[in-house]
Amino acid sequence: MSAPAVPAAYNFAYLDEQTKRMIRRAILKAVAIPGYQVPFASREMPMPYGWGTGGVQVTAAIIGADDVLKVIDQGADDTTNAVSIRAFFAKTAGVATTTRTADATIIQTRHRIPETALKAGQILVFQVPIPEPLRFLEPRETETRTMHALEEYGLMHVKLYEDIARHGHIATTYAYPVKVEGRYVMDPSPIPKFDNPKLGDSPALQLFGAGREKRIYAIPPHTRVESLDFEDHPFEVQRFAEPCGLCGATGAYLDEVILDDRGNRLFVCSDTDFCEERRRAGHCGAKAAAMEPTS
Amino acid sequence: MAPDALSGGFADPGRQSQAVFRALLDAMARPGTTARLGQGVRPPPPLNPAAGAVLATLADEDTPVFLDARLSAQGAVADWLGFHTGAPIVSDPAEAAFAAIADPEGMPPLAAFRLGSDEYPDRSTTLVLQVDGFGGPLPLVLAGPGIARAAELRPHPLPARFAEELRGNRALFPRGVDIVLAATDAIAALPRAVRLIDAGDLPCT
Amino acid sequence: MYVAVKGGETAIRNAHRLLAERRRGDRSVPALTVDQILEQLTLAVDRVMSEGSLYDRRLAALAIKQARGDLIEAIFLVRAYRTTLPRFGASLPIETSRMLVERRISATFKDLPGGQLLGPTFDYTHRLLDPDLAEDREPEPAETADPPEDRAIPRVTDLLGRDGLIEPDGGATEEAPGDLTRGPLAFPAGRDLRLQALARGDEGFLLALGYSTQRGYARTHPFAAEIRLGEVAIEIAVPGLDFPVAIGRIQVTECQMVNQFRGSAEAPPQFTRGYGLVFGHCERKAMAMALCDRALRARELGEDLTAPAQDEEFVLSHADNVQATGFVEHLKLPHYVDFQAELELLRRLRAEFDERRADDASDEREAAE
Repeated sequence: MSAPAVPAAYNFAYLDEQTKRMIRRAILKAVAIPGYQVPFASREMPMPYGWGTGGVQVTAAIIGADDVLKVIDQGADDTTNAVSIRAFFAKTAGVATTTRTADATIIQTRHRIPETALKAGQILVFQVPIPEPLRFLEPRETETRTMHALEEYGLMHVKLYEDIARHGHIATTYAYPVKVEGRYVMDPSPIPKFDNPKLGDSPALQLFGAGREKRIYAIPPHTRVESLDFEDHPFEVQRFAEPCGLCGATGAYLDEVILDDRGNRLFVCSDTDFCEERRRAGHCGAKAAAMEPTS
Repeated sequence: MAPDALSGGFADPGRQSQAVFRALLDAMARPGTTARLGQGVRPPPPLNPAAGAVLATLADEDTPVFLDARLSAQGAVADWLGFHTGAPIVSDPAEAAFAAIADPEGMPPLAAFRLGSDEYPDRSTTLVLQVDGFGGPLPLVLAGPGIARAAELRPHPLPARFAEELRGNRALFPRGVDIVLAATDAIAALPRAVRLIDAGDLPCT
Repeated sequence: MYVAVKGGETAIRNAHRLLAERRRGDRSVPALTVDQILEQLTLAVDRVMSEGSLYDRRLAALAIKQARGDLIEAIFLVRAYRTTLPRFGASLPIETSRMLVERRISATFKDLPGGQLLGPTFDYTHRLLDPDLAEDREPEPAETADPPEDRAIPRVTDLLGRDGLIEPDGGATEEAPGDLTRGPLAFPAGRDLRLQALARGDEGFLLALGYSTQRGYARTHPFAAEIRLGEVAIEIAVPGLDFPVAIGRIQVTECQMVNQFRGSAEAPPQFTRGYGLVFGHCERKAMAMALCDRALRARELGEDLTAPAQDEEFVLSHADNVQATGFVEHLKLPHYVDFQAELELLRRLRAEFDERRADDASDEREAAE
């Protein structure tokens, strides 16, 4: 019996050239029709569906030897899945990686948009679990496709308004739906709505990959992106009562860390690069001295 | 098949097609800008190197390609594309995933190409339109996604009807064709979402 | 003391080393070889090949070893490898009437051309744990007759078809069959894509759905017209040759269900078909697949859509266990950011609720005074 045919070497960035071509065509159509979900023949990747296979395929299709890649999960470069995906590309594409937002040409992200403003030429690749913003209102693809075709988004407004009637607020706090260039209602992936204002008029190109659901969509630079709202209930983002305990930043998105079982909490930046840069620049939070992380 | 159909492809397909794709992505994401293509393919004339590189990067067995009369006059271009991409050549523009046009003056109207449906607007033709360059006398003034305020592009030569057809294409949105303009070594793009505006009518900031 | 979660790389490396250690188990026990899995856990190998959509016993066995016997994990390993393989083309349709039959039973006719052949089956074994196996005692050699070379055994459905009692089988079309691994699945899907999705689908999911049709959720009155297991030749058409070229043989299990008839003013009443075909010996899967295939033809056959098994979008979107396990298990990944967003809102709603209660209480006091 012959030895198992386990390949010794994979193609650059893992995907074969034919697959890359197919994904590249989908990406170009996605850019041409902002906010529209382009179906693509998502491949089975060597990591589980739901763990970033869509983002990984988009990154693999666009990345070149000169790119500098940053991967974040929950805003952090050192969460295990971010580490794992970064290692995947370092291994299969041999590209340079970074944790610094400003140095990256491609940033693959799950659940956050970096605090540091993005620049022209950068590409932000989102990992998307459920690309269809109408899915939780109507589970059938055949129905939602027609709703997008007819620009029939009344159901979404009804849902948001029901929230207001029940809670006094729109109860959607992440994956908050947006309308792109006045046409398609789009799911920005499960970023907190705090990040929604960064989607519009960004100098960077934003690409969204959903592997299991086999969809790619995009927001080109400088595109109009509006979070859905009502005149009497305008869209608003989360605010935090206190600044980051480590770097003192206000107006950044914070993680809540439970310190003990007596109610002591620490709020720290979810964007680890942003926080470190600020501390390097001399900013100091109220709890920085006592809480210096050991790495 | 002409003997030169076998030559003139990418020397290093993986690396070079990635570079061409990124130039295309950049052009498509920022209408009005031009992206230079480095050393790439040497297709048989009248297919120019930039148009050849775009097709060699994106076309394959799954993408029917339409060639205009000038490109299909001799079999050399079809042979070259067939060998390097495997793409089937079609004569009906409404079946084309890609359409290569060497003679913009004589091209079929944009509405003759595949325009996609309301449900699947992505199932539409991408035109690769050969031009001499981007220094023409008449500017197309563009606005829309990818453009901060307004952008100017001066591809030439283009038929007089082109601006009107582009407006018609925009009116179909989200259906419509997308256009890659290919000069010898540089490309620009006019994705369907782009709007033509009058030069004196720049949007307020 | 707050210690930020750092050192993900080291943690991952250590976890993988521990995994390898656990996979090996007690080192005083000889390590399991791929050959042993290949030869002795054949039904596990067959399931991994079948749902992994890759006919390679040795790779399936390796995947089972690597996955510590977790078959869904093994299927995932095979799929991730399969996706990197070049695709050369499609073979000609396999001809199961020319199968080298190892097992063949029909529940619809007591005897029939080709006969009934029980073959290697658990059927009619008494499910009593066997102490002999615990002691690794070698079994008695089995007696088998050499199957006659290239013995064509007509399919029961062909026999019914000769009398026009069953709907025709559709026949081969010029159009190449779809492939949901190469193109995104769109709805409504053709029967080719549905059958492909079912063949790759999770055995447990299809089993439950098939079972549900028997219990009245889209009852189809199925009869197992025939189940056959054996080897078939894989043939390809080579341009320039006017005869097919055989490139190998594979073992498959085929199940043909015959279901309640229908007819109309124009068409005479006929039985309808449900079809199951899988790699290797996966009989339960093939039968469940045939039940689901028939249920999914409800629209085509003009039946009322009332049950989950008839719902193409529901069945096809959820049948794949690699997709399902990935998304269910992704809940293990950090969701701090979204959870924080929910926490913030919930705290605000609670504060507003308490405020309203306090206001109401003071209003009541004022009213009482």
